[in-house]
Amino acid sequence: MAKNFSIKHQPGFTAIAATCFIVLYLPIIVLVIYAFNAASSTSEWGGFSLKWFQSAWQNTQVVDATLRSFQIGSIAAVLSTIFATMAALATTRTAPYPGLTFKYAAINQPLMVPEIVTGVALLIFFSRIKIFTGYSGIGYLVAAHTAFCIPFAYLPIRARLENMDLTLERAAADLYATPWKAFRRITLPLLWPGILAGLMLAFVISLDDVVITEFVKSGGQDTLPTYMLGQIRRGITPEINAISTAFLLLSVAIVTLFFFVSRKRD
Amino acid sequence: MPDKPDRNAIEVVNVSKIFGSGEGQVAALDTVSVSIRENEFFTLLGPSGCGKTTLLRLIAGFDFPTAGEILLYGQDIAPLPPFKRPVNTVFQSYALFPHMTVADNIGFGLEMLGKPKAEIKARVAEMLKLVKMEALAGRRTSQISGGQQQRVALARALAPQPKVLLLDEPLSALDYKLRKEMQIELKRLQHETGITFIFVTHDQEEALTMSDRIAVMSSGKILQVGSPWDIYDKPAERFVADFIGETNFLTAAISEIANGKARATLKSGATIEATVAQGFQPKPNATVVVRPEHAKLTKAKGELSGTVDNIVYFGTDTHVHVHLDSGELFTVRQQNTRSAGCGFEKGDAVGILIGSDAAQVLKD
Repeated sequence: MAKNFSIKHQPGFTAIAATCFIVLYLPIIVLVIYAFNAASSTSEWGGFSLKWFQSAWQNTQVVDATLRSFQIGSIAAVLSTIFATMAALATTRTAPYPGLTFKYAAINQPLMVPEIVTGVALLIFFSRIKIFTGYSGIGYLVAAHTAFCIPFAYLPIRARLENMDLTLERAAADLYATPWKAFRRITLPLLWPGILAGLMLAFVISLDDVVITEFVKSGGQDTLPTYMLGQIRRGITPEINAISTAFLLLSVAIVTLFFFVSRKRD
Repeated sequence: MPDKPDRNAIEVVNVSKIFGSGEGQVAALDTVSVSIRENEFFTLLGPSGCGKTTLLRLIAGFDFPTAGEILLYGQDIAPLPPFKRPVNTVFQSYALFPHMTVADNIGFGLEMLGKPKAEIKARVAEMLKLVKMEALAGRRTSQISGGQQQRVALARALAPQPKVLLLDEPLSALDYKLRKEMQIELKRLQHETGITFIFVTHDQEEALTMSDRIAVMSSGKILQVGSPWDIYDKPAERFVADFIGETNFLTAAISEIANGKARATLKSGATIEATVAQGFQPKPNATVVVRPEHAKLTKAKGELSGTVDNIVYFGTDTHVHVHLDSGELFTVRQQNTRSAGCGFEKGDAVGILIGSDAAQVLKD
């Protein structure tokens, strides 16, 4: 055995690592740089300018789609986090039994089924409901987003529950707390960082979705990602870069927050 | 010692607890019955897996018996959930609520009972004083040491004035010195509060020093219940004799039983007087136990004879291992003095003197 084996000392390590980082980040860096382009091209530099940010800000379609994205995202995140919390409690606060693994799989179904399949299935399913009810509002998008956000909210909540000392709940019961009071006073406050993390993750996932939204949305129900997709078909201006950059910043901010919240102990 | 006519705080009646089902069935408790008196420091002692913690959990309500009754002052509490039992627990891991202060932890039980704020405040202050933690009332429980957490856990469990306090190996996480301190502290608390304590431990020394009475458990059964003195000096079964302290086992023929005493004829041919349990019948092949400190080494003739095999120095005393002429092994414990040596050397031919009240006959 080699003494002090370290992957860092393998030949070519630095080159491979550098290549990976470049492949990952160079396109994003280029995109961000051209968001500040004064020219109308996404490939030729015409000097620094913030005009595309301004133009996006004044574009009512962009604002409209952004607001819709936030609306759907926040409702779907809250709903999916509530369902995920209940599911996480039900799957961790019980002795293992046959079928539990199947339940984990069922809860995580949206992670396994291809999005395009879910999209087509929901399109057909919702079209039937539309015929019956005549309702064609934003509710379908909210329902779809809630469904596929559940596993993302579920994972951090379950992780936190599994790390939580069950004796604490037992101690609460021993000190005359009814199951509901023990949940409200002990489990919930200790679970809170996990719930917040789940909520943020679900929000980001919802904000980012294209495939299912594209299938489910009715006319005039563009979210920010589907609006951008539509624009690209018509030819690109740096306005798309500006929107993407703002979107990127928001995502990074939320994920960073998620990181700090989920790392927080007690 | 005659039984005091005290009331029983807890009566465990024919309780069994079976885990699993079918082939994989395990009886953690096998028709156990025991009575715990009011205001007593009662210890459940046994090795891990003997069922002592299971019994404690059944009394606390974290688990329910497969069969049998658990009476708290005559009322069957076995089917009640834990939050309906006037019994509190000190957990092995303390289980303090990490998002609350020391004072909030102590007040939690009273708050759940719906006591008025002023009463809770007064009682928490009283508890903080009882466990000498007044200065740290506002701290988070993660900001205090292990010994302090232990005190808070005790105060929290005592604050609602439970009828019985259950302690699940509460001292096992502490270092030796602190453990000794807390043993004395626990005795003091039990005395001052007058609450019945049920203490679970696998540490025989802890059990002997703290308890009013001890129940020795093994494989889901209670083997013997008695005062520390009873358990140590009059072990009824081989397991009890072996588990508590060190002891010597000798084969002997038992005859002439009268008034709890009998004549034991050892393999060496010597006869000694031994204590027997009631109802014991004479038997040619019984086991007699003698504690190492109840025998004496001599260079002259004794009841037993042999050669010194090994000498082990322990600071306070010295253990001399003797290979008996009968083939058995025997250990003698000698109190050390400051003058050098124990007076014997490896390979010495020695005699062993067994006092008239040193031997106990085992049931099996």
